[in-house]
Amino acid sequence: MPSLEVSGVAYAYPDGHQALFGVDLTVGRGERVALLGPNGAGKTTLVLHLNGILGGGVGSVTVAGLPVEKRNLAEIRRRVGIVFQDPDDQLFMPTVREDVAFGPAAAGLRGAELEQRVREALEQVGMAGFADRPPHHLSFGQRRRVAVATVLAMRPEILVLDEPSSNLDPASRRELADILRALDVTVLMVTHDLPYALELCPRSVILSEGVIAADGRTRDLLCDEELMGAYRLELPFGFDPRSVAAA
Amino acid sequence: MGAGHAHKLYRHGHSPVHELPPHCKIAATAAFVIVVVSTPREAMWAFGLYAVLIAAVAAAARIPAGFLLRRLLIEVPFVLFAVLMPFVSQGERVDVLGMSLSVSGLWGAWNVLAKGTLGVAASVLLASTTELRALLLGLQRLKLPPLLVQIASFMIRYGDVITDELRRMSIARRSRGFEARGIQHWGVLAKTAGALFIRSYERGERVYLAMVSRGYAGSMPVIDDVTATRAQWAYSAVLPVTALAVCLMGWTL
Amino acid sequence: MHVPDGFIDAPVSVAAGVAATAAVAVSLRGARRELDERTAPLAGLVAAFIFAVQMLNFPVAAGTSGHLLGGALAAILVGPYTGVLCVSVVLLMQGILFADGGLTALGVNILNMAVVTVLVSYAVFRVLLRLLPSGRRSVTVAAFAGALLSVPGAAVMFTLLYALGGTTDVPIGKVFTAMVGVHVLIGLGEALITAATVGAVIAVRPDLVHGARGLAAPLKLRIGGQLVDAPAAAPVPAAARSTRKLWLTGLVTALVLAGFVSFYASSSPDGLEKVAADKGIDAKTKEHAAADSPLADYSVKDVDDARLSGGLAGVIGVGATVAVGSGIFWAVRRRRAQDLTASSTAAPSAS
Repeated sequence: MPSLEVSGVAYAYPDGHQALFGVDLTVGRGERVALLGPNGAGKTTLVLHLNGILGGGVGSVTVAGLPVEKRNLAEIRRRVGIVFQDPDDQLFMPTVREDVAFGPAAAGLRGAELEQRVREALEQVGMAGFADRPPHHLSFGQRRRVAVATVLAMRPEILVLDEPSSNLDPASRRELADILRALDVTVLMVTHDLPYALELCPRSVILSEGVIAADGRTRDLLCDEELMGAYRLELPFGFDPRSVAAA
Repeated sequence: MGAGHAHKLYRHGHSPVHELPPHCKIAATAAFVIVVVSTPREAMWAFGLYAVLIAAVAAAARIPAGFLLRRLLIEVPFVLFAVLMPFVSQGERVDVLGMSLSVSGLWGAWNVLAKGTLGVAASVLLASTTELRALLLGLQRLKLPPLLVQIASFMIRYGDVITDELRRMSIARRSRGFEARGIQHWGVLAKTAGALFIRSYERGERVYLAMVSRGYAGSMPVIDDVTATRAQWAYSAVLPVTALAVCLMGWTL
Repeated sequence: MHVPDGFIDAPVSVAAGVAATAAVAVSLRGARRELDERTAPLAGLVAAFIFAVQMLNFPVAAGTSGHLLGGALAAILVGPYTGVLCVSVVLLMQGILFADGGLTALGVNILNMAVVTVLVSYAVFRVLLRLLPSGRRSVTVAAFAGALLSVPGAAVMFTLLYALGGTTDVPIGKVFTAMVGVHVLIGLGEALITAATVGAVIAVRPDLVHGARGLAAPLKLRIGGQLVDAPAAAPVPAAARSTRKLWLTGLVTALVLAGFVSFYASSSPDGLEKVAADKGIDAKTKEHAAADSPLADYSVKDVDDARLSGGLAGVIGVGATVAVGSGIFWAVRRRRAQDLTASSTAAPSAS
């Protein structure tokens, strides 16, 4: 059973602006997939459909066989862990520990079990020593890692990352890559950072004008200059996808 | 505005006062201030005793006098008001250093100064011995509605973030040669405020999304709580109970 | 305008505390209706915004500067209930964290700076919106007027509380003239900035100010590069709010003010007029300014008198007001239940 199955999803915002025009996407269990595309292609809108925050248009989304519907929302939100782009939006509790505990606690976990969950998640991202610090006293890279921990604490079926490498310095960027590679979950990663996609995700899909415009091996997509040009995707200066070992 | 663990007024320490549960301290401070405000102003000696009590608590908390006194400056606008009172009040007048002053105005000024200063001092002691996070837990424990505690907690969490945004916008304005000098520049400041509101509101929406994504359904899970033993309550009650005794003497003597 | 401890006597402080608690309790319910489960994060962020905006000093003239109170701005941008909550939380935190405003005066401060500013500005705003032709300019004008009146409104409330429980005997006329005079000027600044801020928000996110929701166009699917109409989906439920709430709010404000004033005016009818007669120019301007204000027949008492009677009377007054207020609430709610269908004249939500 695939981790994620999106079929025919179309959506317009209440102000009339339509962002998705029929998206079809299947992600198998344990896959790491990069979701690429120019600004305004509808990437964030699609992400918000995965855990039922947006909906009410047409089409369907299922997560590990469970349809995203109102009556399943609690379980869906446990299964789909979204790490948002700005860690300040994600870390809203007064301390790191409480923030990581928020998700499992909302799902009913308490006491020693909750503590255990929090410790595990923080260890996975190498932030176990920071549990009692307030989030805004951490560096940006540390905050991003704690944001990942807040989601891991819910033991998600699929981890969705929105621009995980943005604003990170090179060392933090690499550390995060190591953490993500070590995780044993399905990953969908929204990014403009094409080398990062190549490094972490064997498969990529390109979202453009509200539909999936291309789907294939990351290296193949990045080497197809015509395709890249058509979707406003550009590699950093001097970067040759053929010359590096892909994920 | 500070952080989860430290704020402007907070002084880190491990004194007996620091260790008291926050809700006991909040209750004790509030009770003390109520007692002070209810004391008749004619009992000048009572206010002297209150000041001694405050000084004793400050000593127990190892808060330096200079720190406490500096924090009292917040009261200055009302001190100015109090100083004016003897000049504008009516009734019987006395001559002091060649100035005609109202007797009741002098009493009024004394009243406001004494009670206001003691109130500020008590609040400063509370704030300088209690972490921000603990204050919120204390308020929650004192049955402040959970929604209010949450709003306060979000305000504190994002106070810095929003203030930072405001500062960055101000830097951006000044980098382009803008300096607010008068009414003609209010439009620019208002646009700043408007932009700040939109950013704050949209961040609120994003935070809400992040909360919902982790299973929030309208109520916050209580993860931390604070408790107090009977001994701690008794210890906290020393200040307001002593003050109450002073106050009662003030009424009867 | 943060009142410290000891400025207003204990009984009136307690009475103000009770009234403020009631107002906050009503706002908690109302805010849940305005924002539902988004209340905590959104109200928290708006409170942080108000906190930050109070640091935004605007130069007035000759080196002096003022800052926004923010009550009117909050009420117009996020609705009255959330507005009261946000400003109250800011005041609570200022009192506890910065010792800005006394703990026992918290009720007084919330009543003045959160409840009165929000109610006055929002009532004026909504009434003007009804009277003026619809359009962005009208929203700005209404916001200007609402903010302009909200600050002197708070000053009037302060004077009222001072008259009931002030611990000094500065003549009420002088307090009134000084407070209202100064605050009309401050109100002008507040109004200009509030109106311009609301204007700036309208230009970018009109939906945040004034429920201008776009009509939903039919969804389309992109199939082979062609746009095709998608099968109809369930309509998004539109937020609806009864206009009655507004009138109720206005009614309760009027009741609170009327309750206070009439109760005291009848108990000793010699006050303001006496001061007016005794005093010179001050009193003339004041009498003029107060001629049609709720304070027109208000009474002044000597300090001792006020200390003795003011306290007890304050408590009784609030009790009476609460009783009358809840009676009205109950009656209106009952009526609303009866003609549920008639009250479906939905106004666009302000939040």
